[in-house]
Amino acid sequence: MVDSKQQWKAWLYLAPAIVLLLIFTVWPIINTVRMSLLENYKSLEAVRGATFQFGFGNFQKVLEYKRFVQCLKTTTLLCVLTVPISTILALLIAVALNSIKFLQKGLQTIFFLPYVTNSIAIGMVFAAMFNIVGLRNGLNGETIADTWGIINNVIMFFGAEPINWINYGSSYAANIAVMTVYIVWNALPFKILILLGGLQSINKQYYEAARVDGTPRRRVFSKITVPLLSPMLAYVVITGFIGGFKEYTSIVGVFGDTMGPAGDKGRLNTMVGFIYDALESNNQGRASAGALILFGIILVVTLINGYVSKKKVHY
Amino acid sequence: MKVVLQNLTKVFPSRDKKAGKEVVAVNDFNFEIPDGKLIGLLGPSGCGKSTTLYMISGLQKPTAGKIFFGDDDVTEVSTENRGIGLVFQNYALYPHMTVQQNIMFPLENLKGADKLSKQEKLDRALNAAKLVQIDELMDRKPSELSGGQQQRVAIARALVKMPRVLLLDEPLSNLDARLRLQTREEIRRIQKETGITTVFVTHDQEEAMSISDMIVVMKLGVVQQIGKPQEVYDNPVNLFVAKFLGTPPINVLMGEVKGEKLYIGADAVLDVKGVSDQKVYVGIRPEGFELDENGALSCALSNVEVMGRDVSVVSRNDAAVSPVIRSIVSSENIGALTGETVRYNLKANKVFLFHAETEERIYF
Repeated sequence: MVDSKQQWKAWLYLAPAIVLLLIFTVWPIINTVRMSLLENYKSLEAVRGATFQFGFGNFQKVLEYKRFVQCLKTTTLLCVLTVPISTILALLIAVALNSIKFLQKGLQTIFFLPYVTNSIAIGMVFAAMFNIVGLRNGLNGETIADTWGIINNVIMFFGAEPINWINYGSSYAANIAVMTVYIVWNALPFKILILLGGLQSINKQYYEAARVDGTPRRRVFSKITVPLLSPMLAYVVITGFIGGFKEYTSIVGVFGDTMGPAGDKGRLNTMVGFIYDALESNNQGRASAGALILFGIILVVTLINGYVSKKKVHY
Repeated sequence: MKVVLQNLTKVFPSRDKKAGKEVVAVNDFNFEIPDGKLIGLLGPSGCGKSTTLYMISGLQKPTAGKIFFGDDDVTEVSTENRGIGLVFQNYALYPHMTVQQNIMFPLENLKGADKLSKQEKLDRALNAAKLVQIDELMDRKPSELSGGQQQRVAIARALVKMPRVLLLDEPLSNLDARLRLQTREEIRRIQKETGITTVFVTHDQEEAMSISDMIVVMKLGVVQQIGKPQEVYDNPVNLFVAKFLGTPPINVLMGEVKGEKLYIGADAVLDVKGVSDQKVYVGIRPEGFELDENGALSCALSNVEVMGRDVSVVSRNDAAVSPVIRSIVSSENIGALTGETVRYNLKANKVFLFHAETEERIYF
């Protein structure tokens, strides 16, 4: 224990962090709750001295918005699709990486590249890859429309019809498919890194013991590797869901800030996107309510995750 | 099942390619392990004893030489088809499985005609658990067990599929002193009950001597001596073996043979027939000293450690290679211990001569 006379020193050292946390974390949280509970709160009007009634009207309005329900649907869909796919892929890649010696470092670097690349830039590349019709200037200055995106080129190479992935008139399913590929690819490096670290910390003797007993590889994977990796798996799933519910930048990256293909603006809007929109239209009350609903959803999902992993995660 | 090791050799390539020196972990090991015996592979760390064990298990491939189980050449047989049970140094129990699941794990892998019903698996697991007396703990996780109990689970897991050969890698090194004594008796009992040919590795000579039918003393990948523990102790072939076996360790002094007499310093201590004149290492077991006021060897008395039945007399001699000379004498004879000098007569069968350069035994 620190001598009580010395305690002021401890507080002094903690002060910079505490002050910053209070200003930039604690107060905004309190303020968010406050704004969400004031009917139709708008900060511009609040500055002019307007007063707002206390109530749950903001929450009610948000939940009644068709747009919000659409955002919730898109966000949940992306989460449910991308988290399992990216986790399973990451697990397989990590196991494969762990079992090779040659090129391991090089491949590790390649798999890690998306993590250090700007997600807007990646989004633009994806948009180009999935493009269906591109315009280019011909030799005589005329405009030629033809198939531009590499994905559709590949599809056409195999003799199939090109798919309208992200352009004007594309389907919601196609949009979601593109976003799923993008998000999974973007989420892989972090998950691979965590799982590879976990794999490398598993004692090799478990595998030798399994070998002595003639355990088939599939059983080694399901009965030894996965259970021993379960703490890391739980971690990547939980953080994956949290990240997934906060999805926003990836959509902007591919579709731009219209959050949807041309002609259907906002179709792929997400929860965070909804909150930004509310802020942009100077509706701080509604934005705060949206943020708290998002917080509630993430909390519930995390609690469910925690409950499941308590039953399935060992140690 | 007898196990035959024929010219067994393991060479590890060097880690640093530029340094270019490969390591010969095991060099030309020949040994026939008789059926149903308990064999201790003994040596300091890095002597190749674990490598030998892992080659028998099949987890490591020999660079040269052959391994036979009975009359079957298993050198090229993969580990899971050799029918061995292996207990790892840190047991390698699966932490997420209960004791029962751990013991049953090897049985789950049996395929085809060997496949067992659920009930048979449970029965076999229970039998193995009873053999090592952990049948009360079947529902625990390894983390809820003591070191000794974990050790038993590991042995049960190795025994449950009725291996032809049981291999134990430093089975006692993770246990405390008391448990070690108890567990080594236990290993002996289990081995006797099952009659499975068992090989275990240890660096602790006391451990090896106390329970083995035969011990193999190794140094730097080369087998030094193979024999019954008492034989090896009574008749070491070289200075290394003599020094490695016995607690307290053997006393080593520089001596000289002149005219078939052994001199230590100026004292003529023993008649050595048939040994030519030369400088030698003299190894004297602690029990090879007899207190005698007119004894042939005189040493400077340092102190006397009373241990009850016996007394350990610590003395010094200029010719000694080890810092002190420690003898063990019966406490009835310590009346002679007065003054600053202590004089001994030596028992000829407890004195070994070794060549000053090759360190090989010189018999007399």
